[in-house]
Amino acid sequence: MKTVSHAAAAEIFIKDEPRTDWHDETLWFVRQKRDKAAHGLPEWELLRSWASQIKDNVLSNLDTYLIDFEKKAQANGIIVHWAADAEEHNKIMLNIIQKNKIQKIVKSKSMLTEECHLNEYLLKNGVEVVDTDLGERIVQFRNEPPSHIVLPAIHLKREDVSETFHKHLQTEKGNNDPQYLTEAARQHLRDKFIQSQLAITGVNFAIAETGGFVVCTNEGNADMGAHSAAIHIACMGFEKIIPKAAHLSVFLRLLARSATGQPVTTYSSHFHKPRPQQQLHIVIVDNGRTKQLARADFRNSLKCIRCAACFNTCPVYRKSGGHSYHTAVAGPIGAILNPNMDMKANADLPFASTLCGSCSNVCPVKIDIHQQLWKWRQVLAAEGYVATNKKIGMKVMAFVFSKPKLYQLAGKMGRWVMRTFPALIQNKFNPWYKQREMPTPPKQSFMEWYEKRR
Amino acid sequence: MVKIINIKNVKIHLFVPCYIDQFYPQVAIATLQLLEKIGCQVIVPINQTCCGQPMANSGFANLSKECDRNFINNFKEADYIVAPSGSCVLHIKEHLKDENRTQEVTHIQNNIFELSEFLIDILNITQLPARFPHKVGWHNSCHGQRGLHLSSMSELVAPAFSKPEKLLNMVDGLELSIPVRRDECCGFGGTFCVFEEAVSVKMGKDRVTEHEANGVEYITGGDTSCLMHLEGILKRQKSVIKTIHIAEILNKM
Repeated sequence: MKTVSHAAAAEIFIKDEPRTDWHDETLWFVRQKRDKAAHGLPEWELLRSWASQIKDNVLSNLDTYLIDFEKKAQANGIIVHWAADAEEHNKIMLNIIQKNKIQKIVKSKSMLTEECHLNEYLLKNGVEVVDTDLGERIVQFRNEPPSHIVLPAIHLKREDVSETFHKHLQTEKGNNDPQYLTEAARQHLRDKFIQSQLAITGVNFAIAETGGFVVCTNEGNADMGAHSAAIHIACMGFEKIIPKAAHLSVFLRLLARSATGQPVTTYSSHFHKPRPQQQLHIVIVDNGRTKQLARADFRNSLKCIRCAACFNTCPVYRKSGGHSYHTAVAGPIGAILNPNMDMKANADLPFASTLCGSCSNVCPVKIDIHQQLWKWRQVLAAEGYVATNKKIGMKVMAFVFSKPKLYQLAGKMGRWVMRTFPALIQNKFNPWYKQREMPTPPKQSFMEWYEKRR
Repeated sequence: MVKIINIKNVKIHLFVPCYIDQFYPQVAIATLQLLEKIGCQVIVPINQTCCGQPMANSGFANLSKECDRNFINNFKEADYIVAPSGSCVLHIKEHLKDENRTQEVTHIQNNIFELSEFLIDILNITQLPARFPHKVGWHNSCHGQRGLHLSSMSELVAPAFSKPEKLLNMVDGLELSIPVRRDECCGFGGTFCVFEEAVSVKMGKDRVTEHEANGVEYITGGDTSCLMHLEGILKRQKSVIKTIHIAEILNKM
């Protein structure tokens, strides 16, 4: 299936302007909450520096931290698996499921399984997974991917949720009351938890020092699943490792404030060993991360703690919606992570930015996101993933700008054409002119004026 | 009155971004007149063209070698380089390149200034003989703000300041209006404005809407590129709001 480019998908999204405004304002509200929370801590910038430095240390010592973590986790009775890519990750999951003859599975808080397309893979193998986080469940009912890594159904209004629940949970048609709808979801999910035999969760932080891991949630579904099912599988990208438990005091303060403006998530659940008779598995996944680690300009994108602050602040994201990015992780961070996985398919994403730099400023681990977007553009152009007409245009410009006399002449002629034959410029083939007037070309350039004045 | 800085032996080279040269000469004229009024000796290298940003931001920085060479030839001898554009100045600071002339490149990068930072940080301007009795909305251009730190940024926990606002507050009769989303991008973004036309225009429209609600007569800023984009939208909407570069306001008597 050919993916629609960000620009084309965004154009469709924006056609419904009131809805675009609503989407923009909803996420801007989250950004404002983040600002309020950040400004409440005088040491905020210091915390960001610490988090960034801890992650720098992690990325330079992954080999030892991961092995330390594995040893400690195994000593605690956790079964550790290693997956080189999405396929291996999915196979490991299916294998555990089949070996234990599991039929009822619940899942909570895992963007990694979205990245690996686990649900689709398991469905193909006859296994259904129920996403238990409210937003995830809503988009799962609708057969859509999440549009945001923290707020997966942020593109939907309560009317949409009501319609979806009417179809799947037989709620009253047209009842848009959030309390009523949440209660319906709660009852529905309660059943799923009680019946569940296996729970899948993500991992926010895995601690090398202790072999334990932390999952941060607001709804508590990771705990509900892990505490009711006989098997718990936690999936993590290998960059989720932190050296010491003490470092949680930096990351837990940054994560929720950056994500939603809360001081801390409702639940920060620490898992260290299985309960008696419970199996606890951890799947540690690479899936392109070593490749990114080897790219000097892009390695520090692996510091990401998936708070989505860069989504909420990005005006392009707010006005184009997460689905326009056609990848599991959208937004500015997605635009620097995804070209690593598939340059050709994701060549449009680093260009879906004005390079305004707000993303880098909100990032709690100080990833230079907008600089990396610029650098990806250079890589994509060099590798031939930029449209030929754009390339030719740039070559012509570069030539003209390198010859001052030619530049002056071309400018003079260009302005003359614009004044004399405006229809040549002011037409439907000019994307500028579609919704904007052209600047009025003056008779004299500055340099012409200056030459006369001298 | 104007504080005359003793800079008689200092050469200021005026860098005029290409689109200002071709489409908005009044911005460069105002910059030149303003600097001269303050007492600066201004040299205009007539063979200057472009900073190379359009190519580089499109992924073709490697195509701008000749363009970079031309820039270095025009500005290598300057004590100070001043331009009425944060974006072009930032591009030079971050990306001007010539492996065989690194000393000249470093000299240029260390001595190039956007107009308002030059007036505040180098000339220490505290008053201006300018008058502009209008309600004016301020638009923060991203590269000047987040790249050159012309003002504090809403995302960071740091003391508030703004060099351009400081200058605008010196203008007699001017009523300054700061939008609530005080550093939201306008959506110009170089070639983004045509390759992501829908998002670009939507972002611009939303900036315009906020200024309209504030009842401004003018939108001003430090980058003509952003203003050109906003002007295009305003004109299409047949709005009464006009755009004007900060240099033009500071030069108004």
